[in-house]
Amino acid sequence: MTVRVRHLAALAALVVFSLFPLYSTVVVASHDNADLARATPPLLPGGRLLDHVSELLDRVDLGQAMVNSAVIAGTVAVANALFCTVAGFAFARLRFRGREALFAVVLGSAMVPTQLGIVPVFMVVDALGWYDTFAAAIVPGLVSAFGVFWMRQACLEAVSDELVDAAKVDGCSLARVYWHVALPALRGPAAVLAMLSFATSWNEFSWPLVALDPNDTPTAQVVLSRLAGGYYTDYPLVLTGVLVSIVPVLLLFVLFARKVVAVLARGAAETGR
Amino acid sequence: MWTTRVRAPGARAVAPYLLVAPFFLVFGAFGVFPLVRTAWVSVHRWHLIGGDEGFRGLDNFRHLLGDPLFYNALGNTVSIFLLATVPQLALALCIATLLARRRPAWQVLVLVPNVVPVVAVALVFGQLLGRDYGIVNFLLGQVGVGPISWQAETWAAHLGVAVMVMWRWTGYTALLYLAAMRSVPRELYEAAALDGAGGWQRFRVVTLPGIRPTVLFTVVASAIGGVQMFTEPQLFDGSGLAGAGGSDRQFQTVAMYLYEVGFGRFDAGYAAAMTWVLFLFCAAFAATAVVLVRRLVSR
Repeated sequence: MTVRVRHLAALAALVVFSLFPLYSTVVVASHDNADLARATPPLLPGGRLLDHVSELLDRVDLGQAMVNSAVIAGTVAVANALFCTVAGFAFARLRFRGREALFAVVLGSAMVPTQLGIVPVFMVVDALGWYDTFAAAIVPGLVSAFGVFWMRQACLEAVSDELVDAAKVDGCSLARVYWHVALPALRGPAAVLAMLSFATSWNEFSWPLVALDPNDTPTAQVVLSRLAGGYYTDYPLVLTGVLVSIVPVLLLFVLFARKVVAVLARGAAETGR
Repeated sequence: MWTTRVRAPGARAVAPYLLVAPFFLVFGAFGVFPLVRTAWVSVHRWHLIGGDEGFRGLDNFRHLLGDPLFYNALGNTVSIFLLATVPQLALALCIATLLARRRPAWQVLVLVPNVVPVVAVALVFGQLLGRDYGIVNFLLGQVGVGPISWQAETWAAHLGVAVMVMWRWTGYTALLYLAAMRSVPRELYEAAALDGAGGWQRFRVVTLPGIRPTVLFTVVASAIGGVQMFTEPQLFDGSGLAGAGGSDRQFQTVAMYLYEVGFGRFDAGYAAAMTWVLFLFCAAFAATAVVLVRRLVSR
């Protein structure tokens, strides 16, 4: 085999490895348990997917849970885009006392393994009277260190000091400099950040599991996990739930994929220096 | 200069702080404060809901260091972490090299697993690795192996959880490496080629040292992710034992044990002590990784 053919074979194997679990989810979700129990399990999609979707929606309130997830993740996405861009703008283009030290705190905070703090954070949220409210699920994720870091980077690249100074000489207030100079240049990166924040929040499992009453207003992930619990797992039904619940993130990903890859590439170039 | 020319110095001087305030408020309330609070709780007997039940000194820590369930969970975590991370980083390096001269569409494809929610990944792999009707055992059966009881046997369960982690993160890591490789100066490769270095030597002498900071970043990031590993093992066993990590706790991770202690037994004092010990582990690991990777990839 030539080097070229070997490379293509390796790439093909990679794509199969990346996509096979998703394909097999479709296969299992579109068959009945009886088909799965045959000596040779089905390898092609069957015809029962729509039946399973309607059975699923009858049995658990995945629809309501997905609405809850969308409200939580949507708020987190908008808040991150807003708070991270203004903070990134301040760190990149405004001069103030303690700027370097404060930014060091932002970077350092990214190294704190937050999920380990699940018990103490729960105690804080409970003391605030937020248990089983959307606030409990939303507020801790309103703004992220990585977001601030990224948006500072984007601002350094897209918004020059000269531009900010010129606007200032023209008598622009800080708010107008931000709105008319910085924000238009940051729209792309901010949209990617919003998309990534949405996906992260949508995918969150352990925090909503403890912060929300599972019988009251759970998120899509919590409902899915409960669907699989118990002594017997009805896989066609469970994987139908998986398919339904990943549709929003996959759609977002398809829309934003190229930009996400570009952002990742830039973030890595930064840590790589 | 920005601040010297303003007409309303008071407002302008405060503005930058207002802009960065949301981050520090959230980080303070849900990062720093809980961490400090945890230290206080850890030296008390403390019910998660009921609250303080009296000072206990270092009892929680003493108990923890003699707790076989803690060591079991710690061992499982380290085992799964190594099984997931070592092949993942090596594979990611290969994939990054493969993707180096390809169109962006390929990069998008390898990123797909990363956007699939962890819960979904765990449920899908739970089905793929099912003992009786799973496709993996079916394929292994075709070549005369098995059937393997992926949830019941310790090594198989660790491998199963590790594969989920690998599936989700390898493409992502590869993209980070790819980006770092692109920032290695081209002249270094040309110089190495002039010195007669072959492909592998160029990789070892130029590429690896060039992307060292990114390698270090991924090692530390996966370690922090590894310590927090919860959802994949929690949902791996769908048979009603979820939470304990199998009938014999053979794949219970420290994050699962932390959850069991905190939200199963409501023993916040003990959970707080465990949280602090794990934080210290993370810090120690990060420090060790920095030193090790410097040594390994310095030449």
